[in-house]
Amino acid sequence: MTDATVSPVGLMTSDGVPLKQSLARAERRSRIRAMMLVAPLFLFIMITFIVPIIDMLLRSVDNPRFQEVLPETAQVLMEWEGGGLPPESIYAVMAAEMKAAMKDRSLGRLTSRLNFEDPGMRTLMFKTARRLNRVDEGPWKEAMIKIDDEWGDPQVWALMKRTAPAYTTIHYLNAFDLTVSPEGEIVAQPEELQIYGLLFWRTIWMSLLITGLCALLGFPIAYLLATLPTKTSNLLMILVLLPFWTSLLVRTTTWIVLLQTEGVINDILVWATILNDDERIQMIYNQTGTIVAMTHILLPFMVLPLYSVMKTIDPSYMRAARSLGATQVTAFRRIYFPNTIPGLGAGGILVFILAIGYYITPALVGGRTGQLISNFIAFHMQESLNWGLGAALGAILLAGVLAMYWLYNKLIGVDNMKFG
Amino acid sequence: MADAALASKNEEPFVRFNGVQKTYDGETLVVKDLHLDIYKGEFVTMLGPSGSGKTTCLMMLAGFETPTFGDVLLGTERLNMVPPHKRGIGMVFQNYALFPHMTVAENLAFPLEVRGVSKADAEAKVARALQMVQMDGFQNRRPAQLSGGQQQRVAVARALVFEPELVLMDEPLGALDKNLREQMQYEIKHIHEELGVTMVYVTHDQSEALTMSDRIAVFNDGKIQQLATPDVLYEQPENAFVAAFIGENNKFVGTVREVGEDACAVEVKGKMIRALPVLIEGKGGKTTLSLRPERVFIDPEEGSFPNVFDAHVEELIYLGDHIRARVNVLENNEFIIKVPNSYKHQTLHKGDNIKVGWALEDCRALDA
Ligand SMILES: Nc1ncnc2c1ncn2[C@@H]1O[C@H](COP(=O)(O)OP(=O)(O)O)[C@@H](O)[C@H]1O
Ligand SMILES: [Mg+2]
Repeated sequence: MTDATVSPVGLMTSDGVPLKQSLARAERRSRIRAMMLVAPLFLFIMITFIVPIIDMLLRSVDNPRFQEVLPETAQVLMEWEGGGLPPESIYAVMAAEMKAAMKDRSLGRLTSRLNFEDPGMRTLMFKTARRLNRVDEGPWKEAMIKIDDEWGDPQVWALMKRTAPAYTTIHYLNAFDLTVSPEGEIVAQPEELQIYGLLFWRTIWMSLLITGLCALLGFPIAYLLATLPTKTSNLLMILVLLPFWTSLLVRTTTWIVLLQTEGVINDILVWATILNDDERIQMIYNQTGTIVAMTHILLPFMVLPLYSVMKTIDPSYMRAARSLGATQVTAFRRIYFPNTIPGLGAGGILVFILAIGYYITPALVGGRTGQLISNFIAFHMQESLNWGLGAALGAILLAGVLAMYWLYNKLIGVDNMKFG
Repeated sequence: MADAALASKNEEPFVRFNGVQKTYDGETLVVKDLHLDIYKGEFVTMLGPSGSGKTTCLMMLAGFETPTFGDVLLGTERLNMVPPHKRGIGMVFQNYALFPHMTVAENLAFPLEVRGVSKADAEAKVARALQMVQMDGFQNRRPAQLSGGQQQRVAVARALVFEPELVLMDEPLGALDKNLREQMQYEIKHIHEELGVTMVYVTHDQSEALTMSDRIAVFNDGKIQQLATPDVLYEQPENAFVAAFIGENNKFVGTVREVGEDACAVEVKGKMIRALPVLIEGKGGKTTLSLRPERVFIDPEEGSFPNVFDAHVEELIYLGDHIRARVNVLENNEFIIKVPNSYKHQTLHKGDNIKVGWALEDCRALDA
């Protein structure tokens, strides 16, 4: 032992293994154990969270149909510099591939994609493919223009060229109410198709309003929770948490019972002759319904972080402020309130992020005017099956949330945030 | 300062607790019939064990608690209904209560701001107050960036910066280590002398109270047990609680057998101890005798003391400047003697049989 401790080649444990080596071995063992402990969660998050997000981001730019169905054509179209009509060689490649695609019935997959761009494309493609079957040799350019003179239109070819690459930005353009004109320029959608700008804007302002309402309602409750004696505050805490323990659906339907035109509140107002029977207020299946129900549902996410911050504010701060000459109001405004900001920030960002991605409540009580962006994402995923657009909307939402987080970090600092 | 305090007794009291009672739960009185007059410029300490009602008294003075009965007066004004922010009382809290989101300078400027002092004036006052507590140059730090002692200084400066006439401190040094605590005791004392403010100070540390105060009110069980200057409190405790709480104390419990004008005889374990009657019930009553360790002599000359008894040395502890001897006298083996480590001092050995003696005036017969 004494030899080992002075040995110039390094320290040894008593069984002669270098100290460094046995330390590394011991550490490796505990590292592996730690990794095995987190592995299930890590895998779970990878599979259920990271992978879907990556998949969604890819889908928003993915454009595989053209390449699958007419791979050669896509290739030559991408090589073609565009403008005017393509050369005979491209007509030839395309004609050959269209015949093949017609035969193995894969053409339909491409035409539905092309139809997103221009509703006439499906008919054109099928008609051309069918007739080409009877043509055996070129020149193909003439043959195709003869079948339909659309093939002599440079705009159709511009569309084909645009749709050929494996990746596209069209979904993002659409998500911002933009589209590509037949001339290939980025232009605004026609008035009647401009819905997403409005939707994003509505989602943002309604989420902000809901966050504000939650803060307004949650602040006094959190204050009471933090200052009342434990016995009373525990009871109040149960009331705050109660919504957590009831089904979301039950809570939302309760609001329907309360707010609908034949509902409890309207009945009471009519009974109290404040309203006439034909003046019942529309409080649900519109924005009001969404705002009321979501404020209620998201309130605990504001109260809990606020409460946990307020709990740590020493009551002697207020006393000190009072003894230094501040009125109750000044002491609150200058001393108490600034110390609650980390909680307000945490609660605010939590509620806002939850609100802009909320789906079920607006779907149930939002009617037509109370729908949020997530309802349209669901629509594109489940009904219109335009997954690309749904994914683009989702990606924009995700970017918005990250931007919020970044902004919050700049202004308040994430380290200052207290979630409880 | 003791003289000044005595001289000022002729004046009206500056702070007066007049028959104050306080209960929180309606069942037990936390403060019982408190009478306390504090004069301008005095340093008065409320000293007592934890839970004796000191903080409650301070809070009633500061306005954070209302007396259940009785009045608190500041000057001639009845304070009961005056809200805290109108009392103009500076206060230092045990945990300092510095506002964490403000810098040191902002903390100090706060009381000036709410009083509408102009920015330039406030800045000058803040600088002066920081200078007073030797915290120049810390203006822009946050409280979290200061050590405990520095926070303490800032808290004191903040309580003084708006020039209150009365400053309250509730165990302000409790969280500091011993050296820092002693240093701060002197500094607070010096600030008090320099500014001439009236200070009411709360502590449970008797040596702190003795060091700093003009007068000390010893609290126990919601009552003031004795209110006196430090020397009187130490040398002439009026009851057994004060004798035991302040300084070290040897005690015997016995029965009064004879009572005279300035002397009484108390029977302890079959022997008579002659003592000064202070708080006894008369012949046949139980009493606690109190005797300071430094007033006990070892092997005194014959006839020099009325009380001389046999003792057996149980334990010796060497403490540098003196030696503590624990001896057994009259079956009390907790009896302590302090032997000064002076030139040619007596040397004791464990197991020695010695004689101990003390004067009649040093042995006070108090309540049982
Ligand atoms: N806010 C309060 N509510 C109820 N009881 C209290 C409150 N503050 C103090 N007490 C009780 O009053 C008694 C005296 O407390 P306190 O004045 O803090 O004593 P000290 O400061 O001398 O330790 C204690 O028994 C304490 O439990
Ligand atoms: Mg206390």
